[in-house]
Formats: sequence, structure tokens, C-alpha cells
Amino acid sequence: MIDFEPSEEQALIIETVHQFAENEVRPRSRETDESGKPPPALLSAAHELGLVANGLPEADGGGGARSALAGALIAEELGWGDMSLAFAILSPSLVGFPVADHGTAELRKQILPGLLGPDFVPGALAIVEPRFDFDVYHPHTTAKRDGDGWILDGRKCLVPWLEGGRHVVVFAAENDALAAFALPRDAKGLVATPEQNLGLCGLPTVELVLESVRAPAAARLDASDADLRRLIERGRIAIAATAVGTARAAFEVARDYAKQRETFGQPIATRQAIAFKLADMAIEIDGARLLVWEAASAIDRGDDAARLVRLAQDQTARVGLAVADSAVQIFGGHGYIRDYLPEMHLRNLAGLGSFEGLALV
Amino acid sequence: MPISFEPSEGSLVAQAHYRKVALEQMRPISRRYDVEEHALPREWVDYWWKEGRWGAKGAPASNDGFITVCLQAEQLCWGDAGLYLRMPTPALGGSAVGAAGTKEQQAKFMAGFRALEGQPIWGAMAITEPQAGSDAAAIETTAEYDPATEEWILNGTKIFCTAGEGASTVPGGFVVVWATLDKSAGRAAIKSFVVPAGTKGMELIGCEKKLGIRASDTATLRFENCRVPKDNLLGRAEVKKQDPTRTGDKGFMGAMATYDASRPIVAAMATGVGRASLEFLIEELARQGIQIRYDAPPRERTAIEKDVVEMEADLQAARLLTWRAAWMMNKGKPNNLEASMAKAKAGLAVTKITQKAVQILGPIGYSKKLLVEKWMRDAKINDIYEGTQQINQLIVARRILDYSSAVLR
Ligand SMILES: Cc1cc2nc3c(=O)[nH]c(=O)nc-3n(C[C@H](O)[C@H](O)[C@H](O)COP(=O)(O)OP(=O)(O)OC[C@H]3O[C@@H](n4cnc5c(N)ncnc54)[C@H](O)[C@@H]3O)c2cc1C
Repeated sequence: MIDFEPSEEQALIIETVHQFAENEVRPRSRETDESGKPPPALLSAAHELGLVANGLPEADGGGGARSALAGALIAEELGWGDMSLAFAILSPSLVGFPVADHGTAELRKQILPGLLGPDFVPGALAIVEPRFDFDVYHPHTTAKRDGDGWILDGRKCLVPWLEGGRHVVVFAAENDALAAFALPRDAKGLVATPEQNLGLCGLPTVELVLESVRAPAAARLDASDADLRRLIERGRIAIAATAVGTARAAFEVARDYAKQRETFGQPIATRQAIAFKLADMAIEIDGARLLVWEAASAIDRGDDAARLVRLAQDQTARVGLAVADSAVQIFGGHGYIRDYLPEMHLRNLAGLGSFEGLALV
Repeated sequence: MPISFEPSEGSLVAQAHYRKVALEQMRPISRRYDVEEHALPREWVDYWWKEGRWGAKGAPASNDGFITVCLQAEQLCWGDAGLYLRMPTPALGGSAVGAAGTKEQQAKFMAGFRALEGQPIWGAMAITEPQAGSDAAAIETTAEYDPATEEWILNGTKIFCTAGEGASTVPGGFVVVWATLDKSAGRAAIKSFVVPAGTKGMELIGCEKKLGIRASDTATLRFENCRVPKDNLLGRAEVKKQDPTRTGDKGFMGAMATYDASRPIVAAMATGVGRASLEFLIEELARQGIQIRYDAPPRERTAIEKDVVEMEADLQAARLLTWRAAWMMNKGKPNNLEASMAKAKAGLAVTKITQKAVQILGPIGYSKKLLVEKWMRDAKINDIYEGTQQINQLIVARRILDYSSAVLR
């Protein structure tokens, strides 16, 4: 039966994360965008909610409630709070889920307890490469056999690199197939240089150079090319859901401003040129959210979700940018000023086409 | 039940059934009744009356309620939107009677459509007038009460009445006509009246020649001292001071509420036409050796792949918004906002999709040898009737801004 009503459990997730986003994330949004440093206290508080831990396997000490749809609900609310902070808060998923899904016993023992402990331990996933013709399924970073281990070479970017992180999962091409390796962040030959980007300024990220980095046998995830493609799809849903939340935030701030800002003696929202823009924003955001939910449901059912994920990802990228741009426009000159939020939403949502693996569900 | 996108068994059976109907009964005559603009598609009308209206035999009941109705509309309009509108059904006239009529009125006027025997009949709704389309409250057709005979006397002209030819002339059918009891009293004085087919004083002036949906009879009707019994007024006769919080009076507001039920259906119809075009495009490309790659990296996607994926995403977003609006009806939740969202999205999306399909296919798309050009013509109406794109944007905007129609017009 087709149903759009969140179950009690889903409604509780939305409610809880929304509250957190409103009370804890929002107030730190702008200052983090300027400082580039997510407040550790905020990350600890988020960790206590168990958003990622809840999805890790019970056998490893997690909640065993992994669901792409639940993950999308969480990501949207966090993204509504702040996109950079959403990715920071969800970063443990970047190591936790790949290792839980495909890690060797040794790797699980090494990594998962840390993520499930009392402290927030950020994760990192290195997928994107700094080239305009980047193909997520055929990275230029290579993994070559070396004895019973591998040697990794290449260059990654947009890798979340928060203080206190211990591991990074790196995607590389092994011959022509995808392979992934969980490496300690201080592995020899791994050089991380902090990045500055148009947006996501509140999320510390690095460009990562891998120079003959040695990965021992146990570091390689036991995942096929197809498995890793599924993981990429889960990342796309997480990012798309976050973007829906951020777009919603941009819409709301523009709507409220339009009702209060007067020109020629009337609130600008009473003019169709503004009101219709807002109507279109609302319609497109809802449409994009439903596409994300549908794709997430397909993943949860174990269906081949590639096409639906692609539709959701593309639509969200298009809608997210258009909505943010409209928000800036509705604010007029004030939209250009950093005292107001629309310019930040625009910078954040402009990157959607390049984001891969900034969060996982 | 958590959020779910899996149709119930009943929906799937209905979907498959109506796809077959579309393929076997509609597609083969699709072009013919596009060309023979005002001809009655006899074989289709008879098929629907004898078999079609009873649905799939032995199909399990669906739990999706109104969503199943949307799936049916989508499939049949995937077959042919013009023929869909020509089906002998109560159509919008039925929705109006359902939304604003009493139990007795519903039983009386719908009886003919539920009868097992008899000839095919039609229902229609006539709001639009030459000088009043989007602004339905500006209608000038009048209704005057004659206490001597206990009848209403209607005078005025209605245009663009879908199925108006059948509904006004074939006995057993009816036209729901909007008229004002008192022009100076505005919306509160606007009421709807059931005018049975063949009523003296209701005259069929003719049918429009149109861009698309040519199998559908879009009629002009003239009412000249057209008398109907007192009880043919839907709802109550009193002209109340307008109070939108009151639900007792099902006059103008009640009539407007029929849109909350009909807009998701129009959105579903639109999706059907859009999908016909898009499916054909993808198949034709495949025949030419072009497969749409859903996993190509951004820089390697061809222009066609980008277009097609965007068309698919827009169509699917429209469909999901439609299902949501329909699902809210199942739950008895007010869906005025969501119905307009679905209609606005679907109307525009399929207008663009069908135009793009013509463009991408070039001379093949432009040619009348195929139906692609027809689907482009058929699709456009979905962005016009049942509230134009702009009117639905207005409704959405008022809802999200919490503005009245006086503040945002
Ligand atoms: C094939 C067909 C079938 C139809 N079937 C029926 C039927 O069965 N019953 C029935 O009653 N009617 C029917 N209609 C009528 C249809 O609903 C109207 O044509 C439609 O509502 C638009 O009205 P209009 O043509 O008078 O355009 P207008 O109202 O004159 O609008 C012209 C333009 O102005 C825009 N506009 C109007 N008001 C505003 C505003 N406030 N803000 C911004 N823009 C605005 C409109 O969006 C449109 O673009 C049908 C029409 C067609 C073509």
C-alpha cells in the first residue's frame, strides 16, 4: 500500500532531529561557516543522539536499525539546520557503514568500538578527485597488488577531515574495478592539505595526496564493484536528503522575509513575481523530497535503485540550486550580505553536482 | 504503516488492466479520432459502457483508494487523453454532485450511470463563460426562482464545457451549471444546478476546434429560460454572508472543493500523456542504438541523456506529488495545497516533456506518422484547465504565505 505517513518511529526520528537542528545546530550555523570549526560540544551532543550508532550492526554494539529512508529523514532535518554541520555530524557514517558492511573482522574490531564509544569520532571518505572529468566509478587513484597488501597512489579532494578522526576510507581502482580501503589517517604517504571551497565552509575538508601508501591485506574492504556502487548510491541519497533540508531552510527564510519586507507600501510576498517564485520553490522541494524517499525505500527493499537514485540526485541538485538562488533574489541586495543566510545556502547548494560520499545512510 | 511506495496488489492489477485497455482499445483509434475531430468514437464509447466501466474482472480490492483512481487515469491517458475525456461517465458533473449534493440528489442523478442497461450517457460541469474563466466568481449566468412552479430559471452562455455535447443531448446525462442568484452578492450567491440532458431551454451551440484532445467534445451551451425543478440546486438556496469558516454552506466553496478531488486526477491524466511521450522517446532512441546511461559521469553525459533524465525526474516528481494529494483524500486530510501542487507540477512538466520529445526526435517527432506530435498537443491542456498554472501557483502561494484571496490575487 502506498503511504506517505511516517510511522510512529519515523515521526519520532524526524521530531527528535528537528528539535536538535533547531536548538543546537541553527544557532551555530553562521559562526561555523565563518570560523570553519564545528563546535566540539555540538558534535558531542549530536553523538549522544546515536544517529549513526543506531544504524550500526547489533553484533558490533550498534542499534541494528539501518535504513536508508530513516537516514534520509535524519539527513533532511540536519540539513535544514545547517549543511556543513549536518555533514560533520554524520561523518562517523563515512567509516562506520562501509566497515560494518564489508570490513574484515580485524577492521571491525579496530574501528567500530571507537565509533560506538562515549566520544564523537569523526570519519572520512575519500571518493571525489580534483579533476573536471572525475568519474566516480572509475577513479584515477589506483590500488596495486604488493605482496599480500596493496599500494595506493592518487589524489582526492572534498574529504571531511574533522579533529579527532582516526580513519579514512579511500576508493580506488584496482585494475578496472572499484576497491575500497580503510586506512589510519596517519598512514605513511598520506598527505592532507586543508581546502577552501565556495561553500561547506563550516566543514573542514582536505585534499588528500596518496603517495605509495601501503594498505595491509586486512585494510581492504571485502566489497565487489557492485557493492561499492550500492554504497555510492547510499551516499547520494544521504547528500540529496541533506540538500532537500537545506533547500527547505532557504525557502522558509525567503518566505518569512517576503511577508515582512515592504516595497511600494506592500509586503513583497503580495506580488505575484515573488509569490509564484515561492510557490514553485515549495512545489519543487516537495517533489524532490518524494523522489529521495522513493529511492531510499527502493534501497531498503534491496531493489536495484540505480535509476531512482540518479533521478533523485539530479533533481535535488537542480532544485537545490534554483531554490537557493531564488532565496537570494527574494532578499534583493540583502541576500548578498553575509548577515543573512541565503548567500550561504547558495554557496552550499551550488556544490551538489560535485558532492559524493559526504554522508552515508 | 511507515512511508511506503509499494502499490497494493489491487493497484498493480488495475494498472496492468488499464494499460491493456489503453493498448488494445485506445491506441489503435487514437489518430483516427484526432483527425475526425467531432466524430463520436462509437467503438470506444460502447466498449467503455459495456465493459470498461466495470474494471478488471476478479481483481483484488485495492487499499490505495484514490491513488488507484489516479493510476487508472494515468494509464488510460497514456492510451489517449481525448478518448479518456469522451468516456461515458459522470466526470466532473459527478464530482460536483458528490461534493455539493445531498444523499438523495446523489442517488437520483447518478442512477443512470450505475444502471446495468441503457445507452451510454455523460455528465459535465459548466462553469466557464466567455468573460469568466480563471475568475469563476465573475460568472453572469443567472438563476431565478419561480415560486409559482417551484422551478429555477437559468439564463446565460457557457463555453468550453468538456463532454458538453453528450451531457446536454443524450437522455439520462446531465450538466452541472454554475449560476448566480444575485450578481451583487458575489461568491455567496453562486450556486450549481443539475440540468438534465434534453431540458428545454438548454441548447447546444456547437463544439470547439482545438489544438489537441480532439476526441473530446468541448461544447458551448446556451441557456434561455431553462427551467429545472427546485431540488436540482446542489446544496442550499440561501445567500449567506460569506464566512469561509462555515462548512454548512456547500455553495461556492463546496463547488471549489470539487477541485481538490479533480486536480489530482487531472495531474494523473497529465502524467499519462507525458509518460506516453517519454516512453516512446526512450524506446525510439533504443531502436537507434542509443541507451540512456544512468551511471555515466556528469562530463560524459550526452545532451540527450541529460534531457531524458531530467524529463524522467520531473515526471516522477509529478506522479509522486499526485499520489500524495490522492493519499491525503484517502485519509480525509485537507489537500487543497497538495492538489494544486500536483496539478501545477504535472501540467508544466508534461507540457515541457512532450515538447522536448518532439524536439529531440526532430522530423520524426514532428510528423503525423507517429503520435509524438499529438501527445504534445494533448499535453498542453493540462496546464490550462482545472485552474491554469498561474491559478494553481496562486493557490499554493496563498497557502504557504497564509494569505487570503483578497491579499494575493
Ligand atoms: C479543452 C478545454 C476544456 C475545458 N473544460 C472545461 C469544463 O469542462 N468546464 C468548465 O467550466 N471549463 C472548462 N474549461 C475552461 C478552463 O477551465 C478555462 O479556460 C481556464 O480556467 C482559463 O480560463 P480562461 O480561458 O478564461 O483564461 P483567463 O482566465 O482569461 O486567463 C488568461 C491568462 O491569465 C492568467 N491569469 C488569470 N488570472 C490570473 C491571476 N489572478 N494571476 C495571474 N495570472 C492570471 C491565466 O493563467 C492565463 O494565463 C475548458 C477549457 C478548455 C480549453
